[in-house]
Amino acid sequence: MIELTVNGSIKQYDGDPAMPVLWYLRDLLELTGAKFGCGMGLCGACTVHVEGKPMRSCVTNMSDVAGKRITTIEGLSPNGDHPVQKAWRAANVPQCGYCQAGQIMQAAALLTEKPRPTDRDIDEAMQGNICRCGTYQRIRQAVKMAAGVKA
Amino acid sequence: MKNNTITVVTRRDFLGGVFSAGALVLGATVLPIQSKAAVSGDATWQPSVYLGLEPDGRVIIIAHRSEMGTGIRTALPMVVADELEADWKRVKIEQAIGDPKYGSQDTDGSESIRDFFDPMRMAGATARVMLENAAAAKWGVPASECKAKNHEVVHAKSDRRLGFGELVTLAAKQPVPAKAQLKFKSPAEYRYIGKNVPITDLDDIVVGRATFGMDARMPNMVYASVERPPVFGGKLKSYDDADARKVRGVSQTLTIPPFKPPYAFQPLGGVAVIADNTWAAMQGRRKLKIDWDLGPNASLDSTAYKKTLQETSRKPCKVARNDGDVDAAFKKATKFHEAEYYVPHLAHASMEPPVAVAEFKNGKVEAWAPTQNPQAVQDTVAKAVGIRPADVICHVTLLGGGFGRKSKPDYVAEAAILSKQLGRPVKVVWSREDDVRFDFYHAVAAMYIKAAIDEKGRPTAWLQRSVFPPILSQDDVNAKYGSFELEMGWTDVPFAIPNFRAECGPADTHIRIGWLRSVANIPHAFAVQSFTDELAAAAGRDRVEYLLDVLGQPRKIDLRPPKQRAKPDPYMLDIARMRRVVEIAAERSGWAKKKPGNGRALGIAVHRSFLTYVATVVEVEVDKGKIRIPRVDVALDTGKVVHPDRVRAQLEGASVFGATIAMMGEITAANGRVQQSNFNNYPVARINEAPVETHVHIVPSTEPPAGVGEPGVPPMSPAICNAIFAATGKRIRELPIKKQLT
Repeated sequence: MIELTVNGSIKQYDGDPAMPVLWYLRDLLELTGAKFGCGMGLCGACTVHVEGKPMRSCVTNMSDVAGKRITTIEGLSPNGDHPVQKAWRAANVPQCGYCQAGQIMQAAALLTEKPRPTDRDIDEAMQGNICRCGTYQRIRQAVKMAAGVKA
Repeated sequence: MKNNTITVVTRRDFLGGVFSAGALVLGATVLPIQSKAAVSGDATWQPSVYLGLEPDGRVIIIAHRSEMGTGIRTALPMVVADELEADWKRVKIEQAIGDPKYGSQDTDGSESIRDFFDPMRMAGATARVMLENAAAAKWGVPASECKAKNHEVVHAKSDRRLGFGELVTLAAKQPVPAKAQLKFKSPAEYRYIGKNVPITDLDDIVVGRATFGMDARMPNMVYASVERPPVFGGKLKSYDDADARKVRGVSQTLTIPPFKPPYAFQPLGGVAVIADNTWAAMQGRRKLKIDWDLGPNASLDSTAYKKTLQETSRKPCKVARNDGDVDAAFKKATKFHEAEYYVPHLAHASMEPPVAVAEFKNGKVEAWAPTQNPQAVQDTVAKAVGIRPADVICHVTLLGGGFGRKSKPDYVAEAAILSKQLGRPVKVVWSREDDVRFDFYHAVAAMYIKAAIDEKGRPTAWLQRSVFPPILSQDDVNAKYGSFELEMGWTDVPFAIPNFRAECGPADTHIRIGWLRSVANIPHAFAVQSFTDELAAAAGRDRVEYLLDVLGQPRKIDLRPPKQRAKPDPYMLDIARMRRVVEIAAERSGWAKKKPGNGRALGIAVHRSFLTYVATVVEVEVDKGKIRIPRVDVALDTGKVVHPDRVRAQLEGASVFGATIAMMGEITAANGRVQQSNFNNYPVARINEAPVETHVHIVPSTEPPAGVGEPGVPPMSPAICNAIFAATGKRIRELPIKKQLT
């Protein structure tokens, strides 16, 4: 039995401990905000926070999160008003939107660690998150808006 | 160009009960455009656009085109709401299921605004006039004194007003005005058209609540992961699933039959592992032991195939356009330039891999799918499970990217086939590896160009050959030559050259071929715009000045066959517009001021596709073989613009998409198997590799709207490679660039 916290509520899991967290969230808890994009930790669409740190849930096993605190996009803020979410709206970042939960979770973690990131910080933190629509320029702009630095 | 009529339709015409019994529902019918009608053999009038007004004041607009990131689920409803004088806050947007009554729902070809701008305006204006007439009748005043404004009808003289909701019942009884009675707004009166309304799904996306195909569920559903024949056209001989069934959560395995040629949109066949969650299905699949009959394509090798295409391109091929006399001009000429270009197969790699949920029940199928073409889902699924297309209900979710892949619904047919065998809903989830290895690939192309040059370096005669496996191979096992692909940047080269011949060579098809964002414009623009840059370089002339010179004087070119030229064409190729985008891109990029140096330089390309003119200037920095793109300037003339911010977004995205094609995109096969599988070996541009800034310059225009989703892609790769040449002297003639600079 694995016990963990997801978006503030305590959960118990007694399935295969090798199951990646992504499928536990999506198929078992029906929290579908984190997305499946590659299954190898290459695209970042599945990014969630484990103990506040960004993790690729598609390559993080359930056994790795025993006793840990997981936050998904659904739990990032009570009313969708995290500064990153607000900036994402203001800059009209999304096109298709599929990768954006992962982008937002990654960006939120970046700002926790570096409240005033440079372009290089943004490149380094965000290069694991692919956007095939190519919204990178607005992602960069929105991260800076959320940080309150000049875009 | 088009004829439209509006009719009142009854509520029972709708599946899904979108409207209440008291709603006024209007349907616009649109005659399919001539070319489409000819292709489908269907010239009947079809309903295409719907809007409803509820007595509670809500306006419900049906989005019948698929949302894959272009913003179409916002832009077309904006057009309706604008002519209706509706308050956007009280507009509700409903996604249409697949149904031929909507007209074409095939969301590709950058056509949505082009084909539906006018019908949507008519739908809105018709409803507005009926509401105004209803208010006039109620108040006993002339209709000409009643004006709809922001969800109300106002009689200024008596200062009376009634909300749209209050007028619905009466409006529904008004005669439907003829088209001639409709008064459309002037652009100065637009409330939404030309403004930047936030996209419909923005809030849902940023909180993770938006429903993509990957997120669709049906009660009691199971999950499937499918092992497909490793070689195109392969078939299952036998398999052993004993170990697969031991995986916790796996219930059983099922087979999907192979396709019957031509491959069309059929599933490839294979073995499906059924489980109670996605991961268990994927794990079980890894334990399958399968013996395949690999079929006729097991020897496909990309290196040998490339050689065959290139050899074909060096010999005379089928003539697709012939102006003047190229051979005679070549005999007289003394100076020539020739070059060969190559663009490989490409995969779509939308962030959401193909996925679908379907339930077969009582001889009908209900499906949820991220599809660009729900009517193709109806047809394909119906054939796959032996029912009528009308008995397939296809709900369209948001698409996590499409780029052309998701107009081919093999993945939905897989879910339906499995559900029919199981008797319960099945969700088929493609892995990234499945997506990359079993795509409908953008066609590889080998191209050859030769020109005779005068003393100013200007071409006097031009011969070009393009050789690629045709998209028609989908429907014809004997297809060897391109058809509509040739109208994409090959037979429509806009240069003022007296002797011009475009040819197309034959190619066999050994993997599935499909269309990818901007299709054959990708290789054709790469070859033609690179070659033009080579000619300018050989002549020692400024690239922009040279480009304008070969484009020639402003003139309009009718690309239609002579027999079809009787009717006016609002989309004639207009060299004045083409020249203007070149001039704007050059000016805004600082072309004249920025001189090459220190591995840094600008490159330009211009291309017209999907009726939109795009000129792109790319700035590159090349350092130790590594390319950085600090800035891109794109000037486009796409006629009238509904949503400027989404046009910008599409062009920003196209610049990244084009950079991926130029720098890293490549699908190859060995022993019949596609060698790439995931983002590690089929990379796409990341934030640190993509162009840093793309500046989009929209040319203000009152011309009819043209395409936006695709036209930004074609000029990118030649502009990048032209910039690299200016920076380093190295000419790239084969994509991707990858390690060619090291």
